[in-house]
Amino acid sequence: MAIANYLYLSAILFTIGAVGVVVRRNAIVVFMCIELMLNAANLAFVTFARVNSNLDGQVVAFFTMVVAACEVVVGLAIIVTIYRSRRSVSVDDASLLKQ
Amino acid sequence: MTTSSNLLWLIALPLFSSAILILSGKRANSWGHVLATIVSASSFTIGVVEFFAMHGRSDANRAVTQKIFTWISVGSLNVDASLMLDQLSICFVLLITGVGTLIHVYSISYMSHDHDRRRFFAYLNFFIASMLLLVLGDSYLNLYVGWEGVGLASYLLIGFWNQKPAYATAAKKAFIANRIGDVGLSIAIMIAFATFGDVSFAGIKEHADEASSTQLTAIGLMLLLAACGKSAQFPLQSWLGDAMAGPTPVSALIHAATMVTAGVYLITRSNFIFDEAPIAQLMVLVVGGITLLFGAVIGMAKDDIKKALAASTMSQIGYMILATGLGPIGYAFAIMHLLTHGFFKASMFLGAGSVMHGMKDEVNMRKFGGIGKFMPFTALTFGLGYLAIIGVPPFSGFYSKDKIIETAFNAGGIKGIALGMATLLGAVITAFYMTRVVILTFFGNERWGHKDEPAESPALMLIPIGLLSIGSIAAGFIFSKGDGLVNWLQPVVNPLKEHHAEEFLPPIIVSLMTLVAVMIGLTVAILKYRGDQVAQAPEKVSVLVSAARRDLFQDEFNEAAFMRPGQSLIKILLNLDYILIDGLVRSVAATSLSAGVRLRTLQTGYVRSYALMMVIGALALVTTIWVVTA
Repeated sequence: MAIANYLYLSAILFTIGAVGVVVRRNAIVVFMCIELMLNAANLAFVTFARVNSNLDGQVVAFFTMVVAACEVVVGLAIIVTIYRSRRSVSVDDASLLKQ
Repeated sequence: MTTSSNLLWLIALPLFSSAILILSGKRANSWGHVLATIVSASSFTIGVVEFFAMHGRSDANRAVTQKIFTWISVGSLNVDASLMLDQLSICFVLLITGVGTLIHVYSISYMSHDHDRRRFFAYLNFFIASMLLLVLGDSYLNLYVGWEGVGLASYLLIGFWNQKPAYATAAKKAFIANRIGDVGLSIAIMIAFATFGDVSFAGIKEHADEASSTQLTAIGLMLLLAACGKSAQFPLQSWLGDAMAGPTPVSALIHAATMVTAGVYLITRSNFIFDEAPIAQLMVLVVGGITLLFGAVIGMAKDDIKKALAASTMSQIGYMILATGLGPIGYAFAIMHLLTHGFFKASMFLGAGSVMHGMKDEVNMRKFGGIGKFMPFTALTFGLGYLAIIGVPPFSGFYSKDKIIETAFNAGGIKGIALGMATLLGAVITAFYMTRVVILTFFGNERWGHKDEPAESPALMLIPIGLLSIGSIAAGFIFSKGDGLVNWLQPVVNPLKEHHAEEFLPPIIVSLMTLVAVMIGLTVAILKYRGDQVAQAPEKVSVLVSAARRDLFQDEFNEAAFMRPGQSLIKILLNLDYILIDGLVRSVAATSLSAGVRLRTLQTGYVRSYALMMVIGALALVTTIWVVTA
């Protein structure tokens, strides 16, 4: 299988993630889309590691996973707090800073 | 040069006393006037001691100096606050403190009913200190401090009764007219510093011949402007008449005997500049000549006794300024006339104050008449001053004025004849208006319109007048005996440097002409004002009289030529400021405000729109990089 196909998949996944972040209102879904974008990037890193025949890309992929895990902890905590105070997880409802 | 440690005390004593009187408030009401008078008398005593010490030394060693402290030391500008007492300043010191002390004594009684008498004496002492600093300063900068000080004292004292708006306005008018002169003085100092790198009299005198005539002329003209402001000379003379709003002792001390003669002092002190700047010297002559006739004409029409005397002061200072314009020989005569004028004019002002005292503060001479028999001493002393000012021998004015007229005639050529005729005409008019004052006040029918007879003033007022009268009788004779004052001042003003032109008229002829002139003026006045007068000023008068009553339209001229255009200029500048400067600032503010309003709409608060912007931004970035690298 051509190695370019991994990159196409990575690009498609990233685009789906980006579109999801922009169009969906539910914070959980937005959050999942962000994870999707991170993993798309991971796929690209791993692919390039394969292309270059070294482990640099794979190491970066691990870093990304660690960062993603931290992000999930903080992000979910925020979403839960917002849900508790506003009884909603719509990101459009949390637009009070403009005032 | 000898140093002396007494000079500072001359100034410090009245200055401290003034501060004490101001700061101690009402507590000083009972003793303030006594302290002020004692302090003034002490300054006079120091002056007399210094005079005799100076008299005992030889000509070359007479000047003494005292350095107080280093005032300014910046780069090449080094100015010490130091004092210098020489033959010229000692004349002024004795005049200021001597006449000043007498007027202090007079004021104790004259101002006794005023609840602010303490403040009055504080200002008087402040004036004495400033005036002494003016004549003792050894550089133009030190002189300038005193110059401003006397201006302030004059302002405070003219407006002493500032509860009357007209008096407060008069004070402001005097201050503003003086400011114009002060600007002249400061510019003169700046040019002098730029030219010589020095502002001391000694330093400039030493290098005066190295400067170009343009620079000297510029300095001279600016100094003349300063003198015009302070000495009420044409075209800045209009404040002096209104300055009579101040209490009469102030008019006598500041606006007759001392402060208004500061201009004469300034020109005499700057003789080394004027002698090298013929154009400036010519302007001095022109200003002096115009003012002496101007003042005299105004004096003919004034019914207010103080304003008539003020016009006369203006005219007499015109004589002095004219004399200083006549070059080295004229300076000494100017100073001589200044000193004799100090005596007789102060005595007449105090006499006028005494008359006002007896007449319940009435100043209109049309409502006087026949006061002589009720106030014999005042009438006698006023009469002596009168004889002195019109120049009847052997009274003091005769000696000094006669010398000026003689020197004017001998100035040579057309100039000499013109100046001589002007001074002679001035003498005629002086005799006329002073005779008018004396007749309207002391002779003729009683026109005061009430039954109360005026009573002679108390002794405390009469003694100073009497002493000043002695001065107006004897001063001229003493000063001119063996050319005493001329020789005394010679090292300062250097009259021997002058190459003597051939005498146009011998002195005896000039004296006779002057006497004839005086007789003409006197006779005309007697013919016009003998017999009974009415208490009302005539309504139908010639154009000249109505012009003279309104100070020859100088106020109107100033208003039309300076005040109104000045106001319109201010209005234009104000609009310019509002439209241009403010407009610029306001448009900047409006632009950033509207930009903010527009940019604010980008901040929706929706996370998704921010995310979209990020995506678009990232895409744009990637596209750009791709396009650039491809």
